[in-house]
Amino acid sequence: MAESILSLDSKDKKNMPLEYTTEEGDLRIVGFWIFLAAELVLFGTLFASYLVMQSHTAGGPTARDLFKINPVMAETIILLVSSFTCGLGTLELRRHNTKGLIAWLVVTVILGFAFIGLEANEFYSYAVHEGAPISRSAFLSGFFILLGTHGAHVSLGIVWVTSIIIQLAQRGITAVTARKAFMVGLYWHFLDVVWIFIFTAVYLTGLVI
Amino acid sequence: MQNITNFLSHFFVTGDPMIYGADASIALASIGIVVVLTYFKKWKWLWDEWLTSVDHKRIGIMYIIAALLMLFRGGVDALMMRTQLALPNMHFLNAEHYNQVFTTHGTIMIIFVAMPFIFGLMNIAVPLQIGARDVAFPFLNALSFWLFFFGAMLFNLSFVIGGSPDAGWSSYAPFAGAELNPGVGQNYYLIGVQISGIGSLATGINFLVTILKMRAPGMTLFKMPMFTWSILITSVIVIFAFPAFTVALALMTIDRLFGAHFFTIAAGGSPMLWANLFWFWGHPEVYIVLLPVFGIFSEVIATFAHKTLFGYVVMVWSMIAISFLSFITWLHHFFTMGNTAPVNAFFSISTMLIAIPTGVKIFNWLFTLNRGRIEFTTPMLWALAFIPNFTIGGVTGVMLAMAPADYQYHNSYFLVAHFHSTLIAGTVFGIFCGLHYWWPKMFGYLLNEKLGKWSFWVFMISFNICFMPMYFLGLMGMTRRMYTYPAGLGWGPINFIITIGAFGMGLGFIIMALNIVWSAIHGKKDTTGDPWDGRTLEWSTASPAPEYNFAHIPTVSTRDAFEAMKEEKREGRTKPQLPFKPIHMPNNSGIPFIMGGFMFVAGFGFVFEWFWMGIPGLLGVVACMIARSFVYNDHHHIPADEIERIERAAGRLS
Ligand code: HEM
Ligand SMILES: [Cu+2]
Repeated sequence: MAESILSLDSKDKKNMPLEYTTEEGDLRIVGFWIFLAAELVLFGTLFASYLVMQSHTAGGPTARDLFKINPVMAETIILLVSSFTCGLGTLELRRHNTKGLIAWLVVTVILGFAFIGLEANEFYSYAVHEGAPISRSAFLSGFFILLGTHGAHVSLGIVWVTSIIIQLAQRGITAVTARKAFMVGLYWHFLDVVWIFIFTAVYLTGLVI
Repeated sequence: MQNITNFLSHFFVTGDPMIYGADASIALASIGIVVVLTYFKKWKWLWDEWLTSVDHKRIGIMYIIAALLMLFRGGVDALMMRTQLALPNMHFLNAEHYNQVFTTHGTIMIIFVAMPFIFGLMNIAVPLQIGARDVAFPFLNALSFWLFFFGAMLFNLSFVIGGSPDAGWSSYAPFAGAELNPGVGQNYYLIGVQISGIGSLATGINFLVTILKMRAPGMTLFKMPMFTWSILITSVIVIFAFPAFTVALALMTIDRLFGAHFFTIAAGGSPMLWANLFWFWGHPEVYIVLLPVFGIFSEVIATFAHKTLFGYVVMVWSMIAISFLSFITWLHHFFTMGNTAPVNAFFSISTMLIAIPTGVKIFNWLFTLNRGRIEFTTPMLWALAFIPNFTIGGVTGVMLAMAPADYQYHNSYFLVAHFHSTLIAGTVFGIFCGLHYWWPKMFGYLLNEKLGKWSFWVFMISFNICFMPMYFLGLMGMTRRMYTYPAGLGWGPINFIITIGAFGMGLGFIIMALNIVWSAIHGKKDTTGDPWDGRTLEWSTASPAPEYNFAHIPTVSTRDAFEAMKEEKREGRTKPQLPFKPIHMPNNSGIPFIMGGFMFVAGFGFVFEWFWMGIPGLLGVVACMIARSFVYNDHHHIPADEIERIERAAGRLS
């Protein structure tokens, strides 16, 4: 056995999930958690900016004028379900069932596409039909950028999950692919959590206030 | 035809002899580099050994080379400003030009000199100090470097193509917005800094994981060298501060490119939001460039006093306290912008509180020196000079922290003197100190002591000639960012002295550059790996360290681990030589460099709002990420007999 670049001696990792069994996998997962902490600050800053801007509608449409509950509920349910299917995928990962994992990830990607489609449609109708593009008011700038950043993350997530599906199909579940599948799952759940905040801080308060 | 000439005359900056000079020297330097590389057939060497390297030591060296070049650029900017201000009513730079020069000077010095220089030193020293073979994510480390590098190149391009930014390094809205600041200059600032900032965030994550997870067996957190501690804490600050800056820069870019209204005056935007977001990052940023040099001084003072550091635990807790406080002081940058009294009072007090842990550290260094066997080497001189000079900057900082008094000092030369006293006597002395100290570890030979001391004395004395009078100039009423002043205010003689000091610092820098060239040819070889009688693990391996750093991972039982090992050896307790085992190392990769290149293309496209160029550039970045995800064969093994050969050649086998 070769010595690894890591200085830590291999601990007894027999009882650990597969993705933690190599030292590199372990490092990367820790690194990814820290990355998510940074992402949290990023979204936190965007939320703060949005909340400052929320009332700055400059005589243009307000949240109440624009938001409609039905499409928003659809987006929310789709994203929550996709998080659930992604979790089912991780369950299959623990059972070392490559086919099951791939199947759930495919479902997740499809739901991700549906979410992005609905969101794009919502943006389009605001910007084009309702006379509320990003340049109309500070409130709309805050809205489009907060949601757009989340949407861009989901889109990147779709590309990432797809690339991992291909790798799983090529190689099956190994310590490396298990780690990747696990990490993309964390990312997906994280985006779901951010959405819950968007749902409350943007849509619910917007519809009520 | 008319269209084309029109376009070109806007695309290239024209009409100033200095800029034609810059055009010519950039062209000549580029041609020179290409010719030399081709003539000596060095392209492949450059690509294989450097551009694709994921070795933290090489990356560290590249950071430092780039930072030194940027220091030269930022220094020339400073000298241009000081020439303009040397006498009343000078016509060397006009108002517009002066604005551009202080903007590029400030931005370059903070983002493209201080940060990368520190990143370079930590790349070189931290893995060696904790007995690791590389950082946690070597590929990401290379990517960080190339993002910094291409971000810096993009920013510097503004000088000759399109025009420089001119809204100050803090780029305040609404002046920096599209309405009051049309043209591409501000886009260069926003996008160039953004690209390198993403790299900085990645470096923060990388070093935090490295230090938390990859320490040699036995090295508990409170047995780490102080420099490593300072980097651990700095990494945490980076991780919490940079995302806010990323957002701030992105929002202003969107304001300018897509007509959004975050920071505009019209349509409900809030210029104050920019000030808050900028300084929420900006104040922690000054600790990002300060805490690491506290770490460097701690190492150097302990080494050359030949004593263990006094009050280690207190030192660590002071840094943790500083890092926490640094996040709740940002508002002191705009006491005068209409806050309520209680708000100003809170931020005034939180700012003054920082003086306490900082003072504690100063006393710890003094107690370390007390009764030490002090050796006055060049790095030690920089460290010793830091203590009084930095203290002046700290004390004047407390004066500025008093909100009512700040109404008097705000935006005067008093402030300019204050922040240069901390940034130069702190950060710049610190990086020069670290450069001389770790130079033998980087290259295997020492810098010349005589030239080193000359450059130290010239630079340090000139620094005082330059910045001490500024405090008085500020009290006499001269404000910052002023491009000229009339005669008869009594400011002329003081300004002239300041300019002499500024050129003196330039001379000090030139002597240092000469020292680097002279020592590359004649420098004393470091055959032992331990030229300074060091105390920490980086001195326990050869100079320069082999690719794998340590043939055997050391085991640690105390602080000052290497000192303890030498002690054991002196007492005759040597451990038997273990056989070598193959070592597992990451492969080189060209992807970080290519990805940086795509970022540069994308950035350039967005600067000019050429989306046909910007969007493909970003797609290129995504394509690189996908390509990387499919690379599985990313490691190799160094066989045991090769390790034995390397160790023997370095004279490390008896
Ligand atoms: C060679 C030594 C240096 C000299 C002579 C020098 C001189 C100056 C001058 C004349 C200004 C403009 C003052 C004004 O008109 O408002 C300035 C601004 C500034 N300098 Fe330096 N400087 C030096 C080194 C540094 C270093 C090492 C740093 C940081 C690491 C730095 C950071 C800044 C910043 C942030 C500003 C403010 C820019 C702005 O107003 O936006 N300087 N410096
Ligand atoms: Cu501050």
